[in-house]
Amino acid sequence: MDSLLILVDAPVFAGQLLINGILVGAIFALAAYGLALVWGVMNIINVTQGEFVILGGFITLYLSLAGIHPIVGIPVAAVALFFVGWIIYKIVIFRIVDRDLFTSLLATFGISILLQQLMNEIFGADVQTAQTDFGTILLFDGMVTVANIQIVSFVLALVLGVVLVIFLKRSRMGQTIRATAQNAQAARIMGIDPDRVFAFTYSLNAAICGAAGALVVMTWVIHPFLGLTYTVRSFMIVIVAGLGNLAGVVAAGLGLGALEKFAGFILGAEFEAAFVFSLLVVILVLRNLAMSRKRKYLK
Amino acid sequence: MYYSKLKVLKVLTGIAVAVCFASSNLALAKVEGDTITLGAAVSLTGKYTTAGNHTKNGYDLAVKRINEMGGVTVGGKKYKLAIKYYDDESTPARGAQLAERLIQQDGITFMLGPYSSGLTKAIAPVTEKYKIPMVEGNGASRSLFNKGYKYLFAVLSTSEQYLAEAINLAAEQAKNDGKKLSDLKVAVAVENDPFSLDIRAGVLEVMDGYGMQVVIDDKLPRELNDMTSTLTKVKALKPDVLVVSGHSKGAALVTRQVEQQKVNVPMIALTHCESAGVNDVEKFGNAAENFLCATQWSEKMSYRDDWFGSAGDYAKTFEEEYEYVPPYQAAESTASVLVYADAIERAGSFDTGAIRDALAATEMQTFYGNIKFDETGKNIAKPMALRQIQGGEYKVVAPTNWAETSFIHPRPMP
Repeated sequence: MDSLLILVDAPVFAGQLLINGILVGAIFALAAYGLALVWGVMNIINVTQGEFVILGGFITLYLSLAGIHPIVGIPVAAVALFFVGWIIYKIVIFRIVDRDLFTSLLATFGISILLQQLMNEIFGADVQTAQTDFGTILLFDGMVTVANIQIVSFVLALVLGVVLVIFLKRSRMGQTIRATAQNAQAARIMGIDPDRVFAFTYSLNAAICGAAGALVVMTWVIHPFLGLTYTVRSFMIVIVAGLGNLAGVVAAGLGLGALEKFAGFILGAEFEAAFVFSLLVVILVLRNLAMSRKRKYLK
Repeated sequence: MYYSKLKVLKVLTGIAVAVCFASSNLALAKVEGDTITLGAAVSLTGKYTTAGNHTKNGYDLAVKRINEMGGVTVGGKKYKLAIKYYDDESTPARGAQLAERLIQQDGITFMLGPYSSGLTKAIAPVTEKYKIPMVEGNGASRSLFNKGYKYLFAVLSTSEQYLAEAINLAAEQAKNDGKKLSDLKVAVAVENDPFSLDIRAGVLEVMDGYGMQVVIDDKLPRELNDMTSTLTKVKALKPDVLVVSGHSKGAALVTRQVEQQKVNVPMIALTHCESAGVNDVEKFGNAAENFLCATQWSEKMSYRDDWFGSAGDYAKTFEEEYEYVPPYQAAESTASVLVYADAIERAGSFDTGAIRDALAATEMQTFYGNIKFDETGKNIAKPMALRQIQGGEYKVVAPTNWAETSFIHPRPMP
């Protein structure tokens, strides 16, 4: 518990942890938006999330190696992944939209393995990262540091969140997406083509992941087999936030990120993940209790 | 009834063939005419493809060189060397299977090691069972040398030595600066896997000897994607040395984040710098400037032997043959073959027992370093080296007798 004393003696480091955690959480929140969207609209848990993120990272990396600043990778990766998502939808996903959850889990898990191996073949198994030269802001005599790329990620996560909410509420496509999510059959009767809506939703998810991947390669490192972390984390965020709750996804993403960093600092890095998962169990148990009290669930 | 007769016939033929093979096994003994055949399973496909090819190239170069110089003399007669390879597909189970095949079917009586500790761990029990010596240069895990193996010999420094030299260097530096060793604070962050934990054990052991303090002892998760909580602790506790080992992912991440978070530690020592490419300006800028990187071997060191000349000469020969600078994986593979050649000559026979004893008594210098095995079969005569990244180039700074240039300390603020 010595580490806890540091935080009491020098609260400035608690500030550093909070900032790091929130900024880490922002990138996870991005991947989680897409998952929530696909899950909510199509009832598919897309296990391919992480591979989309890594693929976005590789696209950005190659731009950067070609002499283009990696920040350009954010839109480029998003557009590229939109098409990748579309192709995957047209080949596999449309077949599993109204199947049960196990079918879709297995299918997307298969796609994720395929993507991993393809990336391994094409890009090689080396660890990669892209140099941004964005610099770092120093606060409190350099005791607290914030990398500018992390601020970019944070702002982008918030802006994308807001844009998504407005898009879903206001735009024609957004309305059809929500209508389809509520009742696909009724939507069809009203003249909406659910297939188009699903294809768009799935591709949009891939695009958001691609943008997140561009941020990941600038902030951390990527590797063909590193996607699972992002899949698991976005899954967790959506569970904690609850389906159909984009604001909740942001809050859960940032909150889990910050808590994880505090746990890592106080208990040691080996307990970061363990702590977050234990927290997930606690949240699920508490939520179940609260719901059964409201009689939302019948035992 | 016809089918069953055929079946019986097939089985009988099978038995006859098997008996033939079994009886011819000893006669074959893999010294045919004037050629001694060594056997190896190496990774030519799968996740270790790159390193597996370095290993094979290292072996091949040694064989080529030894044969060019006339071969190995046994009982007054010159013998050429050859190697029988199989691809282990980077999987331990396949490695063990292929070792059985090399020994049982191909009659190999001299084995060379595969790439990686995992594969070596799978093959060593097989060679041990058949009492066939194996000389390896790519299995560094401590767990290979506490099983009481009698036929396993490793030319490389074992994993617990990887970063121990960094602590020695820190101690030396502290003495020069007039600091007390017990005031020296060390932060250790290693990945939570057996290999990296071996490295940590080695570091802690040497630190204990000096009475230094461990201020951070973090075990990084395998699905590592961010180590800022460890680095924040580093900022708070201001250690004198930061030691990180987490394969190439750990090396890349710490390089990226030390720069992003402006973590100021006078001395930072890593493993796997080369495979992570931390001095690559396109990817990391000069974030890794003045980092210390552990290495088994460097072509700048002043070891030499009669086959290749100096370490530098070896590097030149290798580059002419394969058109790339030899990584240490290739150098230690070449050294394994040289050790065999030396032991076979000294044994003066092809008896595996005599050759095992000759291997155990090895005491020689190769371009790769001095080689002398202890009773567990690990090489105790060659230290790990530390290279510091200076101006984007790797420069040997420790051990001091091989230093190309002086050690820059403290590391300037990033």
